[in-house]
Amino acid sequence: MRIPILKLSHYLLISVQVDLDDQTALQFQEDLLSKIHEEGSTGVVIDLTSVDMIDSFIAKVLGDVVEMSNLMGAKVVLTGIQPAVAITLIDMGIMLEEVPTALDLEQGLEKLQQELEG
Amino acid sequence: MSIQSSVEVQTEWGIVSARQAGRNLAKEIGFGGVDQARITTAISELARNIYLYAEKGEIVIEAVEETRGAQKKKGIKITAKDRGPGIKNIREVMEDGYTTSGGLGAGLPGVRRLMDDFDVDSVMEEGTTITAIKWLR
Repeated sequence: MRIPILKLSHYLLISVQVDLDDQTALQFQEDLLSKIHEEGSTGVVIDLTSVDMIDSFIAKVLGDVVEMSNLMGAKVVLTGIQPAVAITLIDMGIMLEEVPTALDLEQGLEKLQQELEG
Repeated sequence: MSIQSSVEVQTEWGIVSARQAGRNLAKEIGFGGVDQARITTAISELARNIYLYAEKGEIVIEAVEETRGAQKKKGIKITAKDRGPGIKNIREVMEDGYTTSGGLGAGLPGVRRLMDDFDVDSVMEEGTTITAIKWLR
C-alpha cells in the first residue's frame, strides 16, 4: 500500500487516509523524500485528520520524516491531529516537540508560507 | 460476558489486525473515542513488541466484568503472550526512553500509563505474558 503524494506548485500535500502499518509508514518516508528531491519542493503538509491512532513507532517515523525533510531543505507541517490522538501521545510521554503543527490543511499552508517567507 | 478475540501476531499485518479487533470490542463495550484510541494504541505497542522481540505470539482481547459490592465494573482486558526470549530486566524496560530497537522507548511505560491495570510476567528463555485492563468509567 502506498500513500499518495500530491504536488501543488512548490508544495507537497499528503492526506493519510489508511490505518498505518509499519511498512506503509516506512515506504511513505522514502517516497516523500524522493518526491521532495524530484520536485524541488520547499514545503510539505501532512494531514492526519483521518488517522485515529498514532503509536510510538508511527510517531517516530513521522518525527524522523520531518527532520529528514528539514535536512534536505523542505519544511514540514503536520495538520489535523485528532483530540484523542493528541491525548494518547501525551499520555504515552511522546512530545514531538520540534515538529510544526496546525489545526487543519488551510492553516498548515498558511504556516508554511509564513515560515518560508519570514 | 464471553466476547473474546484472539489475533496471531507474526507479521506487521498482525499488528494492524490486533488493533482493529481491539477498537471494535472497545466500541462494543461502550468506551468513548479517547479511550478507544488509548486501548488501540496500547494493543499496537504490545503487538509490536511481540513482532520485534519474540517473532510470533498472540494478542487476546476480551470483555471483563468485576463486581464490588453493589457496583459492577465493565472493562477490556488485553493479554499479550509469546514464547520469546523473555525480558531480562523488567525495571529497565519500564523506564521511559529505554530501547534496544532504536525506537522511542515509549512502548511499555506508555502502555502502563494508557491502561488502568498492568502486569508483566516474564521468564527468561520461556516467554512473556503481559496483561493490561482498562475499566469503563
